[in-house]
Order: sequence, then structure tokens, then C-alpha cells
Amino acid sequence: MIASTFFRSIQNHHLLLYPTALFRRKNGVLYCTMKSTEAQTATQEKEKPQPKIPHRSQTRTIDKISKDYEAVIGIETHVQLNTLTKAFCSCPYNYGSPPNTSICPICMGLPGALPVLNSKVIQCAVKVGLALNCKLSLNSKFDRKQYFYPDLPKGYQISQFDVPIATGGYLDLDLPVDLNRAGVPLLEIVSEPDMRTGIEASEYAAELQRLVRYLGVSNGNMQEGSLRCDVNVSVRPIGQSQFGTKVEIKNLNSFSSMGRAIDFEISRQVQLHSQGQGDLIAQETRLWEEGAQKTVTMRKKEGLSDYRYFPEPDLPGVILTKAYVDAIRDSLPEAPEMKRRRYEKMGLSMQDVLFLANDINVAQFFDETIAKGADVKLAANWIMGDIAAYMKNEKLTISEIKLVPQELAELIASIKGGTISGKIGKEILFGLLAKGGTVKGLIEEKDLVQIVDPLEIEKMVDKVLAENPKQLEQYRGGKTKLQGFFAGQVMKVSKGKANPGLLNKILVERLNAKS
Amino acid sequence: MLSTLHPPRSLSRFPRYTLCTLTAQSSPSTTPPPHSQILSIRRALLSRQVTTTQLAESYLTRLRLTEPHLKSFLHVSDAVSQQAHCLDGKIARNEEVGPLAGVLVGVKDNICTVDMPSTGGSRVLDGYRPPFDATAVRKIKELGGIVVGKTNLDEFGMGSTTEASAFQVTANPWDVSRVPGGSSGGSAAAVSARQCVVSLGSDTGGSVRQPASFCGVVGLKPTYGRVSRYGLMAYASSLDVIGCFGSSVADTGILLRVISGHDRLDATSSKREVPDFASQFASINLLESKPLKGLRVGLIRQTLDDGVDSGVVSLIRGAASHLEELGCSVTEISLPSFSLGLPAYYVLASSESSSNLSRYDGVRYGNQAAVDELNSLYGDSRAKGFGPEVKRRILMGTYALSAGYYDAYYKRAQQVRTLVRKSFKAALDQNDILVSPAAPSAAYKIGEKKDDPLAMYAGDIMTVNVNLAGLPALVLPCGFVEGGVAGLPVGIQMIGAAFDEVLKILIAIDILI
Repeated sequence: MIASTFFRSIQNHHLLLYPTALFRRKNGVLYCTMKSTEAQTATQEKEKPQPKIPHRSQTRTIDKISKDYEAVIGIETHVQLNTLTKAFCSCPYNYGSPPNTSICPICMGLPGALPVLNSKVIQCAVKVGLALNCKLSLNSKFDRKQYFYPDLPKGYQISQFDVPIATGGYLDLDLPVDLNRAGVPLLEIVSEPDMRTGIEASEYAAELQRLVRYLGVSNGNMQEGSLRCDVNVSVRPIGQSQFGTKVEIKNLNSFSSMGRAIDFEISRQVQLHSQGQGDLIAQETRLWEEGAQKTVTMRKKEGLSDYRYFPEPDLPGVILTKAYVDAIRDSLPEAPEMKRRRYEKMGLSMQDVLFLANDINVAQFFDETIAKGADVKLAANWIMGDIAAYMKNEKLTISEIKLVPQELAELIASIKGGTISGKIGKEILFGLLAKGGTVKGLIEEKDLVQIVDPLEIEKMVDKVLAENPKQLEQYRGGKTKLQGFFAGQVMKVSKGKANPGLLNKILVERLNAKS
Repeated sequence: MLSTLHPPRSLSRFPRYTLCTLTAQSSPSTTPPPHSQILSIRRALLSRQVTTTQLAESYLTRLRLTEPHLKSFLHVSDAVSQQAHCLDGKIARNEEVGPLAGVLVGVKDNICTVDMPSTGGSRVLDGYRPPFDATAVRKIKELGGIVVGKTNLDEFGMGSTTEASAFQVTANPWDVSRVPGGSSGGSAAAVSARQCVVSLGSDTGGSVRQPASFCGVVGLKPTYGRVSRYGLMAYASSLDVIGCFGSSVADTGILLRVISGHDRLDATSSKREVPDFASQFASINLLESKPLKGLRVGLIRQTLDDGVDSGVVSLIRGAASHLEELGCSVTEISLPSFSLGLPAYYVLASSESSSNLSRYDGVRYGNQAAVDELNSLYGDSRAKGFGPEVKRRILMGTYALSAGYYDAYYKRAQQVRTLVRKSFKAALDQNDILVSPAAPSAAYKIGEKKDDPLAMYAGDIMTVNVNLAGLPALVLPCGFVEGGVAGLPVGIQMIGAAFDEVLKILIAIDILI
């Protein structure tokens, strides 16, 4: 049994409409998100062959939709909450424990055992509800949803049916195969059927993932099943108000496959419609086949199930006080949307904003760095450039690298202040990334302070000119390109520490002095 | 009339005098509260007049003697002597022993016990041994009580005669050709025949009170939420409560005190404080001639209408005048929603049971049908595991909750429940206790209503409203009607305000008998 919250209210629309602001910059935003999505699910996708998608035919079909047909997409997202214990008993839940090792009379549904709600579940639901701008109801209750399944120990799920904790929604329960997972709390967030394209839908799901990670209610990992999306797709002729026959797609393991699956399904349905075979679209569940890049029938809908909901008598109503909700509201972290707005106002480019705000940990690293006084743009460049590249190569997350925000700020300040050159700065950065330590320590240790004394540089220039008379002669004979050679030699002599501007100024003076 | 309570005459052959003698011998200087076997046992044990082993042996002997006639137990513990011996050691070493030390407790078989089978009277759980004790049982054990065995019941508590047990039919100790009532018939019969000192039952629609009336013992149904339901196999979760049987009000009160209190394993258990009322029992010797002066008693008119046995009506009216003599002011009151309670109860209880019994699917425990296919596994395990009454209620409940019928049945019944609750609240604002018969008749013959479920359901009219309202109620013997070997006991039901078991009912009534 898995608790889930169902937000079917228009409030949630807000979240979908949020991209309207972004739609103005449609390309940048959407593509950037797709990138981060692929990165997040890279491990999983590598395991499967990824044939090229027949873009042309799909594009053509989707073009056609824009003229004659309109797709209607709704998404059910299951978010497994990272509570320490299950929803209705005190069994711990850890992903990947051996089967049936984390069970008790309650989650096994033994006779006489009773569920007791883990208050953390409500807390998580309230957090997500607030973050999705839902209206919370202070009085709600639980209901039983009844059906038989081998690993549904009690023969019913405990859910919220008609008095939801967040307006328009309900808490629900689900059943997994291994009883270890029986009773793991899971939030179900169901969207309005507001989306029209695969990319819009996958952006919605990616935003939800960011949100639950920001809120700290779930790890949001699709590979572990902590975030699962079931998508409903139908198409209808433009102008028709009635929905077309709805098809559910399962087995969507990444945001990119979600987008592709939806676009495939839309084009499949549109083709059937345009060939006058719209009645062949059955209400069914289809499986996305990653290998073949298509959806196939999984099971036809066997009529409407009657779940015989009724109020759960084992659990008292959920009564939230205003103080409780306010306390949670006050403790909510900045939502991804707010963060992006703030970064935007700092003058960062949309590309920077999307990168930095995509991962809560990266965003926190960035925020801490600038809190230490670092230049915003420089901090963003370092994080998105060398630091990101290092993380990618070493397969590390930002929490795992040895560099701390304080030192990145120090590094940026040292370069800006001229203590070290940008080149030395990079050298120090890799030291900090790999081994940690402080900027000051590394500078001292390696004697890397930039040489800004003109006399000292003059000496080095003179030395280099004296040691290379042949090149000097060539230079003075008109081969001025050799300036670079001399600059390199001087830098070498200074062990990279000479201030490049000063070096070049003095070098040119000297080269041209006696001619 | 209340004072006409007799020991079960048909059982005079059983050595009840053992305990009476013990009581008489023990601490003659102080006056013990009347008729508390628990307190008598405690005094006798602590004054070394008897050992727990002797005491347990006398009960077990009587149990072995009577059990072939009564069949009140589904399982008798083989650890009683050993536990008694252990307690004797503690007493000999002057160690602290709990208030239930040496008290033999029968436990209804739908209440989980870790070291004994717990079948709920159902074939589907034949041989099932739970890995945990119900909270009520755990508390009894912790306070020195000895669980003597598991008592018979109608399958999962669904029935009013104990004939719906999958294993055996229990007989009424007053007339073995009659039913003991149900569903806690085994627990009531066991106390009535002194096979144990007190027992636990469960009461969803009257399953403690009606058998208490039929068997001539005291039955106490606590306020909903007073006692943890953890470990009670759910029949109708919003109505189920664990209740107490004893041969005196004091005993049921002491037992209630032991098992009450909030339990973090039951979200519906109340956090209200459990008062220590055992110390408040007063001896009748100390009371004035009108000890119940000022107690306002409402006699529920609808419970004395047509359809109620005339003998029962006159006993209740007699008891009411007795209460008046003791100082109560008795007025007849009307509960207009009373007759609606019965159908509402059967809709709600069946609906909840259809859900609660879903877990008996043969997959994890209990009897599993030998089939290859999943749906057949469910179907066959349940078809073979459940008896006809259980199936009838699952079907009724499934129907009442189905799409298209929900509003007409379940929702309407919930509305009636609200009405019932309100009308009881209003009546209890005007009165301290409400009084009615516990059942429309005394115990009837085994088999008499077996093929007429509606007639059996109708017998629950006196008790179901109290469950719908979640109120506490006490049933105690108030006389006999003609029938059986030497008359059949009849109980009077006294209903109190929520969480008012203690002051208004128990203490007031205990001084009467």
C-alpha cells in the first residue's frame, strides 16, 4: 500500500502554466531540460539499445496535428516518499533489501493488525501540496479501495478518495510485488489533461522530479521506481470538446523516453484517425518498448472496476491545524521556479539558470559560493565549466567533490584580485576538487603567487632575450610572430606565475627597444 | 428484582463453593467489595490460604468436567499449571504480583494470542497461530492473569448464537439444549459455568451483552476507543470493541481497567485517562437505604414494545421499580430513531466486514485451496474457508458498497448512524443512564433460528444502537423467566454516556448485587 496524493485541481495547472513564461523562450528551456533528463537516467538508458527515432515521419505527423488534431495528455506520477518507515507501520524501508525482510504483522495484513499513519507521510503530502500551490483541506479522511491481488495483503488499499488533503485530490495506496514494499509511502500526483506534446509532458515530469528533490520528500530516482509516470494520451480533431479514446502508457523509465513514447502514441493515433480508423483506438494500457521505440498493447481495459470505496474506519480523520500548515510553509525551501526567477534577476543567462537550478545540490553550492561574495557570473562559469566537467569525468556528484563553496569563492576572488592568474587558478581548482584544502594553502604550498613586480619580470625578459639571440634577431628582422614564443619562454621561466599583461607589456618594450 | 440473581441452578453440581469458602475465610476484619472473585482470589493468595496452583487446578477440574456438555472452548492452554507454579514461586518469595495474579481468563478466539491458535471460529484460519498478542491479552498477562484458553464464537463474530462457529456449537449452561447467545457465546458460557474467572469477548452489535443476558453473567461493553482493538480480528472496525465478562460488576470493572488505555498500535484508541475505579467500589453494608439517590434513569420505551417477550418486559419494569426504591428517578423516554438502528447496523457492519475479510485470501496464512490459477485460489480458499453466515454478510456488504447502491445503502446507513448518535446524546443529557432489555427474549433453542437469519438479526435490536453510538453499556442479570431446567436468566442493559463506564454505571450498579 502506498499513499499518494492526487492533485486534479486547476491549481496545479499553475505548474503547467509556469512554462508559459518559458514558452516565450521555448527552445532554450525545453532542450536544456531534456539534456539534464538524459544525464539523470544515463545509466539506465545505456543498458538498452537506443535506435535513432524516425524523426521525419513523427515531425510530419505532429505538424499535421497542429492543423487538424489536438493531443490531450495527462500524467499520473507516483513519488515514493523517503520516510524512514513505511506509511502505516514502523518497518524501515530501504530500496533493494532482500525480499520479505522488512515486514511486520501490520504490513503483512495479519488478522488483528491495524494501520497507524506515519505522520511524516502527511508532512510530505502537505509540503508537496503547498509547493504545487494546491489548496489544502484542514479536515480530510482516508478511504479503502478494494480489490484482490497476491501482494495486496489486506485486499484493500488505504487512500484518500473524496475528501483530499489537497484540493481536488486524494491519497491512494498501491501494491508492489515484494511485501518489502507493501506499505511504502508514495505520493501520486495526477495532472489535469492539459498537456499537448511529449516534450511538454516530459518537462512537467522533470519539474516534478526537481520539486520533490528540492523539498527533500523523495530521491526521485526513476531507476529505483521512486518516481514513476503513467501517461494518458488521446487525440481529437481540433475544435472538438469531447475527449478522444484514452490510452495509458506504462514503462516510461526516463523523461526522454516519456517524450518519445507520447509523440509516438500521438502519431499512431493521429494516423488511425486520419485514415478513418479512429474506432480502432481502444481504451487500453500500452507498453513503451525502448528497443523498438514504439508502444504495444499490454492489456485491454476490462470494463470499469468497482473499487467500492468507503471511509477507512481504522484511521481517524486527518485534521491539520493552520499552525501546522504554516510551520511547514515557512520551512519550505525555495522552489525551483523561484530559484530560476532569482537567478534570472541576477543577470544570468537562461542557459545558466536552467543548469544551476536543475539540481538542488548544484543550486545550493552556487548559492553558498555567491553568499561568500563571489562574482555571480564567474561562479556560474566555474561551476558549469571545469567543475561540471570534472564531475562528469569522475562520475561524482557535487556533494562528493572535495571543493567547498567557500574555497571556490576564495579562488574567484584571488583571480579577480590578481593574486593568481586564471591559468594557475585552474591548476588550484583541480587540486581542490581532488584533494580539498584551501586556496591560500595551495598557493603557499606551491609558491604560486603571481609575479606582479615589473623589475622581476624585466629580469626574466632580459634573461630570455639573452638566451635566444637568434630568435631575437629574426624578430627584429620583421618576424614579429615570434613575440608569442618569447612570451611563452618568459612564462616558463616564471613557472607560470608572471602576470600575463605585465609580461607582454615589458616584453614588447624590450623587443622593440634597440631597433 | 436485581437482588434475585441466583447462581446458575442447573450447574449446582459444579464446585462453586470453593471460592465462596475462600472468600469467607479471608481477611474477616475488612469488608470486601461484594462478589468480586478477582479481589477474593488476590486476598486468598496473598494471605497464603490457597496457592495459585490449587486455584488453577480447581478451575481446570471444573472445566474438564463441564466442557463435554458446554463446548465453550476451542483450545485450552497447556501452560496454565506451569504459569500458576511460576506465580506461586513469586508469591512465596514475596515478590510483587499484578492485580490479576492467579486469575484465569478466557479469551474469545478472534483475539490474537501468541502461544495458542487463534481461528476466529473460522475454517479459513484453522491452525493459525499469530506471532503477536492482542494488546488486551498482553496487558492481562503483564498483570499476572493466566489465559486459560480460547473460547468459541460465531465465525469472526458474525452471529447471535455461537452456532456459526466452524468448529462446534456451544451450549447454554442453564439449559444445554439452548444457545448461549453470541457471538461471544463461549466466553459467556465459560464464566457462567465458572470454567474461568473472567473472560474477554468482543462486541460489534451486542456480542458481549446478549450472551451475558442469555448466560446470566455480567457483560460490559466499553466505550468505542476505550480498549485497543490491536489483535482483535476485525469484523466491523468502526463498531468493534473488546468487552469483559465476569460473575460480578466489580470483576468486569477490574478487568476493564487492566485492558483499557491508549495504544499506539490502534489509531482509534482513546488517549483519555483510565480512572482507577476499583478502589471506589463500596460495600453495600456502608450504604444508606437509598444509595442511588439522584441518579436519573431513562427507560427506553421502544425497547418494551410489541415483539419483546412479556416475561422480559415485566422483569425490566420490575428492575426499574427496584431502582426507584434505591433512590433513582426513573422516567420513560423515547428514542425515535431506535428502530432504524437495526437495518443501519446490518448495512454498515456487513459493508465493513466485506472489506475486513478480504485479507483471508489463502495467500499468506490460513487454509489455502490447492489450485493452479490465482482467481481460483481466491475463490476456492474463500469458498471452503468461510461459513454461510460470513458469506451472506460479505455478499450483503459488497452489494451495499457497490457503485450505484452506495448512496442508497451505505451512505444512508451512515446518516442513520448520525441520527442515532444524536438521539442518544440528547437522551443522555437528560439522564445519567438509559435502561432496556439486553435481548427481546431469554435464550432460545439450539437450531431454532439457524435457518431464519432475519429472525436472528431482529434479536439484536436492543444492542446494535449502542454500537452505532459508540457508547458503553453494561448487562447484568435481573431475574428469570420460565423455561429450561429451572428458569432462564434475563439481563438488563444499562447504557451510559461515552467514557462514563466507571462512575455512572459500574459503581452505581455494583452496590446493587
